[in-house]
Amino acid sequence: MQVLVLTLVSFFIFSIYQTTVSNLVERGIQTSTSFFDDVAPFKIGFSPFLNFELGKTTYIEVFYIGILNTLLIAILGIFASTVVGFIVGIVRLSPNWLASKCALIYIEIFRNVPLLLQIMFWNFAVFLATLPPPKKSIEFGYIFLNSRGLHTPIPFIEDKSSFNAWVFILLLGVIFCILLSRWAKKNFEQTGIKRPIFIYNLLILSSIGFLSYYLLGGPLEFDVPVLGKFNFKGGGQLPLPLFSLWFALTIYTSAFIAENVRAGISSVSKGQIEAAKSIGLNRSQMINMIIIPQAMRVIIPPTISQFLNLTKNSSLAVAVGYEEIVAVWAGISLNQTGQALIIIAMTIIVYECMSLFTSFILNMYNRKVQITER
Amino acid sequence: MSKTEAFVKLPDRSPPGSSVGAIAWTRQNLFSSATNTLTTILFLYLFYLYLPSFLDWAIFSANISGSDRSICDANKAGACWTFIKVRFDQLLFGLYFAANPEQIWRPTAALSLFALILVPLVIEKTPHKKWLMLFLLTIYPIIFIVLVYGGFFGIPVSNTTQWGGFLLTFALAFVGIILALPLGILLALGRRSEMPIIRALSVTYIEFWRGTPLITILFMASVMLPLFFPSGVEFDKVVRAMIGITLFQSAYTAEAVRGGLQAIDKGQGEASMALGMGYWRRNIFIILPQALKISIPSIVNTFIALFKDTSLVSIIGLLDLLNMSQTASRSLDWNGYDIEGYLFAGFIFWIFCYGMSSYSQSLEKKLDTERRVE
Repeated sequence: MQVLVLTLVSFFIFSIYQTTVSNLVERGIQTSTSFFDDVAPFKIGFSPFLNFELGKTTYIEVFYIGILNTLLIAILGIFASTVVGFIVGIVRLSPNWLASKCALIYIEIFRNVPLLLQIMFWNFAVFLATLPPPKKSIEFGYIFLNSRGLHTPIPFIEDKSSFNAWVFILLLGVIFCILLSRWAKKNFEQTGIKRPIFIYNLLILSSIGFLSYYLLGGPLEFDVPVLGKFNFKGGGQLPLPLFSLWFALTIYTSAFIAENVRAGISSVSKGQIEAAKSIGLNRSQMINMIIIPQAMRVIIPPTISQFLNLTKNSSLAVAVGYEEIVAVWAGISLNQTGQALIIIAMTIIVYECMSLFTSFILNMYNRKVQITER
Repeated sequence: MSKTEAFVKLPDRSPPGSSVGAIAWTRQNLFSSATNTLTTILFLYLFYLYLPSFLDWAIFSANISGSDRSICDANKAGACWTFIKVRFDQLLFGLYFAANPEQIWRPTAALSLFALILVPLVIEKTPHKKWLMLFLLTIYPIIFIVLVYGGFFGIPVSNTTQWGGFLLTFALAFVGIILALPLGILLALGRRSEMPIIRALSVTYIEFWRGTPLITILFMASVMLPLFFPSGVEFDKVVRAMIGITLFQSAYTAEAVRGGLQAIDKGQGEASMALGMGYWRRNIFIILPQALKISIPSIVNTFIALFKDTSLVSIIGLLDLLNMSQTASRSLDWNGYDIEGYLFAGFIFWIFCYGMSSYSQSLEKKLDTERRVE
């Protein structure tokens, strides 16, 4: 049986391989990786990590830029959707009927409408149509939002040696705080005296950070965006496609995460809470020591797969023109070179790596949770 | 001997007025504490800020009369539903049926028949559900092809290249669902098989498709599929998308079915083995009927994801509901009314996805009987 299936599958793959090869020969396409070092004849507007130079950047560098841009939107999206998702999920469980129903409406609307539609809606119908031109930007302090995108100040290192000294002092502070927490835990187990160690640590770290920052003469400088003739110059710039993609991905994914959070918190069985109350834990102890640890065990695995989904969904950037891997590699580069086989395979490999990495983390988490289970 | 007084049950006193009725409900759910009251006020204020202007735009000042854009251009304060009204046939059934209004009965009949079968399937007490389901999965597709594609009984042919709007979205999702179901079941069985080669093949297949975003697969289907087949074989774009969607969906269906298979008690399989049943008889008559029943909610959830994901075909240039509404709102006649187009498409997607998700949630609730925290 196994041999039969294996033969069939390999025969199938082999025949596809053969027809593909003969088709490629027929069309005069030579599959090779030699185009990697050719200069890419198109412009990439957004590549904050690798310098793009028209007429110099090669295809393989375009590939790297694509990966980095995918990672950028993934990280931005994961951060924002986690924050929004947890807030909405907790509001969903609020005792206030109005707040809870509003969170429910948010969840049900945004997770039941296709993401692509949402991306296009925010980008074309809302932001492009309603955001003002650069001269009339919406300002929040030093942050500017206009029809070209979002402009923020970014920190850069002014004096390298004093910056290094600052980081070193901060590291020392972190080590001190860890030692302090360990001591406090041991002390709590021996004597039962509980100290608000988290607040102590926060105070110590922030005071160390601020004091040494000013003593060292402020090693960081901020590059503030300045209005130029046509648009803002300097600072960090999120072009509008990236901004709308980020916005839509955050809203869409946060609806799913909110649902995970709600499901996780309500999965804690009633008996646990009754037991916690009966042994005299107060409300914050009950939440911190009974509900959160058990809820997190249910919340984290599906949330990690949501992070992977978000990363895969960022490929929809193609629709609004943000230059991540599918847009610049499987899109423009493929059209330019015609090397469908290699380009699609490389794109798929990138995503498979991300997916394997995610499942590796998930498995690790599950194993850790299993050991603590008795 | 004293006479024992018989116990006479007095009628229950009615609860105090403050704990029943609308006032009590408001007090408990909206004003139970200071934070609660503040939250209520905050949300009411937000409603006050945004709801009236939105309702005014969407309903009270909206335009619905007339048959061209002049009436909308004259009244910019309201939404332009005239656009949706005029292009309704095109948005729902695509260009062919919009151009041949005398043929519209065909897709209408096909979709109505689907609705007619679906309603009793969702109702819990319907008898002979199995046969209805079988009809939907086997005979209905034939009826759909005869009605919508045509070519039989003197019905004029509407090529798949001319399909569009909601009809195309429906066709893509439906094909993906019915073809992926048997494939997914086989894959799920393969993943749980005791034969290592078959297991490895199934796992590779499932993880490969699950790790890649659908848009890459659609690119692959539209660029590489022609390479895989001998040069005589040609598929049009819609069929290529259907193949890509089916392969993609089968991996997700397989995982949903596997979840059901894992939930079945081992004793079921062992008992049927003890009765002398072979592998296929055991699975078809004993294990799968139970496993599929449990996995219906998660299969429906994969349907929802698929239904939303069909919108991605607009990136490879098919005129599905999303792309159709976008194209229509960018045509000269209706340029500038894209918000209405997106809202209409989003609303249709939302109805279907929300319906399916409510159904799967109600099933889940029925299967789950544990006590939970509210």
